[in-house]
Amino acid sequence: MNIPRNELLAVGAGLAGAAVLAFLPLVTEGFWLSVSVNIMLYAAICTAWALFSGPTHLVSLASAAFFGVGTYSVAIFIDVLPFPALVLIAVAAGALLAILVGLATLRLSGVYFVIFTLGLAELMGQIVTWVQTNFGGTIGLYIFTDLTEAHLYWMLLALTVIVFMTGWLINRSRLGLALRIIGNDEAVARHVGVDTARARIILFAVSGAFIAVAGAIMAPRYSYITPDAAFNPMTSFLVVIMALLGGTRRLWGPLVGVVPFTLVMDFISGHFPNQTAVIVGIAFLAIVYVLPDGVTGQLESLFRRRRPTDQGLLATTVEEGR
Amino acid sequence: MLRRSFNVLMLSAALAVGTIGAAMAQDPVRIGVSASKTGPLAGGASGVLWPNIKLWAEKVNKAGGLKVGDQMRPIEIVEYDDKSSPEEAVKNIQRLATQDQVDLIIPPYSTGLNLATAPLIAKYGYPQIVSTGNANDLDQFVKRWPNTFWLLGPAQGIADGIVGTLKDLRDAGKIGNRVAVVNVSDAFGLEMIKTGKPALKQAGFDIVYESSYPLGNQDVAPVIASAKAANPDAFVAYSYPPDSFALTEQAQLQKFNVKAFFVSVGGNLDAYGKRLGAAANGVLIMGGVNASDPVFQAYRKEHLEVTGQEADWWASPVAYASLEILQQAVEHVGSLDKEALNKEIQSGTFKTVIGDVHFDNNINNNNWTVGQWSDGVVHGVRATGNLQGAQQPVIKPVWPSN
Repeated sequence: MNIPRNELLAVGAGLAGAAVLAFLPLVTEGFWLSVSVNIMLYAAICTAWALFSGPTHLVSLASAAFFGVGTYSVAIFIDVLPFPALVLIAVAAGALLAILVGLATLRLSGVYFVIFTLGLAELMGQIVTWVQTNFGGTIGLYIFTDLTEAHLYWMLLALTVIVFMTGWLINRSRLGLALRIIGNDEAVARHVGVDTARARIILFAVSGAFIAVAGAIMAPRYSYITPDAAFNPMTSFLVVIMALLGGTRRLWGPLVGVVPFTLVMDFISGHFPNQTAVIVGIAFLAIVYVLPDGVTGQLESLFRRRRPTDQGLLATTVEEGR
Repeated sequence: MLRRSFNVLMLSAALAVGTIGAAMAQDPVRIGVSASKTGPLAGGASGVLWPNIKLWAEKVNKAGGLKVGDQMRPIEIVEYDDKSSPEEAVKNIQRLATQDQVDLIIPPYSTGLNLATAPLIAKYGYPQIVSTGNANDLDQFVKRWPNTFWLLGPAQGIADGIVGTLKDLRDAGKIGNRVAVVNVSDAFGLEMIKTGKPALKQAGFDIVYESSYPLGNQDVAPVIASAKAANPDAFVAYSYPPDSFALTEQAQLQKFNVKAFFVSVGGNLDAYGKRLGAAANGVLIMGGVNASDPVFQAYRKEHLEVTGQEADWWASPVAYASLEILQQAVEHVGSLDKEALNKEIQSGTFKTVIGDVHFDNNINNNNWTVGQWSDGVVHGVRATGNLQGAQQPVIKPVWPSN
């Protein structure tokens, strides 16, 4: 495999950064660790989300469904299996759900897909409720573990690193090329012989599996799992907002959104607990008006202005395909 | 609305501090709250939890503050919105404990958020008196986190309450054996029907109609029509606020007259009695209060005066009682030592608006389970444990014509 030098440098820098971040729980164990857990959680989910939604331009609101499936993978089997096994179950469950949904809906495009994914979290929540009432125990499930915030942080950090590595590998593969072509023009993609549905389903499964793992890792923090909490639709919306703030054209785009978003939201809710909704609303409006392409999009256009020879996204993909 | 109430709270706190003057120069006792101001749980929290915190803080400060040892210290509420999400709730507790370093914590609204924050609250050792949540199998929870206290008791008792009331009415020869039972098909309704239905069968009732409807469904006319066609003696609905109202209004509209008519959450709201007027007479509800207790009556009056909204007939006084317990525990112990406070709450007895409260293995086993509307007031008719003041349930009169 012929890997350009600047990409190798980026990978090295990313790994070094992750290694430094791994020491954080040794420095703080209170409030800032909790904030970092939240940042890491959304860094993992948003990047996983953008793996699929970035190149295909299909907005998925199914994050909450995958997250909840992961959470329940832990909640159901916590008493009988060790935690690492539960994470594997979450991988399988998330991927399976994504494949089923993908087979049913990914031939659709645009708004039909968005609506379906929006309903998916609610559907999964109702199914879990129904199964629990008819076949097993109570609605709420307890999760008792000895995992601390620091453990959650480390696991989420590892997950984020894996998501990034996967994203990077996909970008370099034939699948990545196929997806970029689909995103730019689906008709063209079909004409040049790309199996568009298959490519999308594979990527949707990868993305869904990662989000399910994030749910599994967070499950111990909840202590008590109910369908409402596990399949909370807010998760889906937050993911989309943060990822769009960062921009989805680059793998590290969502990360650029997650960190400032979480910190700013935290500042707002800490200092204006009664006006949070109003201020957040104004912030969203500002984002849409000022940064329509996200932070990375803005950076790129600044960059492009200085270097007029940049040929844009499509040109890059063609060049990479050579 | 929230903003206004916050401003009023700040203003009144400032006034209280101003009038008491030099005597209040003590360091305030900082009390942290993280609960929902936005998101799906905000409605419940701003109906039940926030107003009582405001009422309590104002009352304590007016009386000169919280008695800690031989000092009278004003209280200062530090509040955050958890946006109805466990992630935010956990973070807020961290912030309260490590950044604000509050002296005491008032736990969040709802079962889920209380359970999600319990490990952290326990880590920092604060007493967690839960007034707005309960669950089955609380014992294992208490064993793990002995600083949690459960004012509403275990969930099992609540669904069974109405079955006991119906049994009493039947055994007294006041109603027959035929029961129609419906439930809202979400977590609450399904959990309730799961314990309620076997309890009805075990009590020898004949379930002549059974149905469920989705949450948020406002068209309950077919449910009532089918229930009416089955000709039951009693109607039991494990319902939520919008449908508790809708079921009652449909029953009245269709002249579905039964001798016992029960709705769950929502029937306890003051708005329920106001909206239905005379039609509410004789309706059985989940929860209840001892309405003839002068302490409770005074509380209701103050609640309206200070917060501008009416207390409900079940949850509000319980939320207020949790704050009274916290206050009395501090007064009994004479300090803000968390471990000593936990010990005191485990063993002490507290005088509250819901009567004397004593925790039995951290669980309060004396709770109202059924109440009955009568001329704009709810009287508790059935309770678990040894609560005093239960009235005899009566046969529901026919609906007034409208």
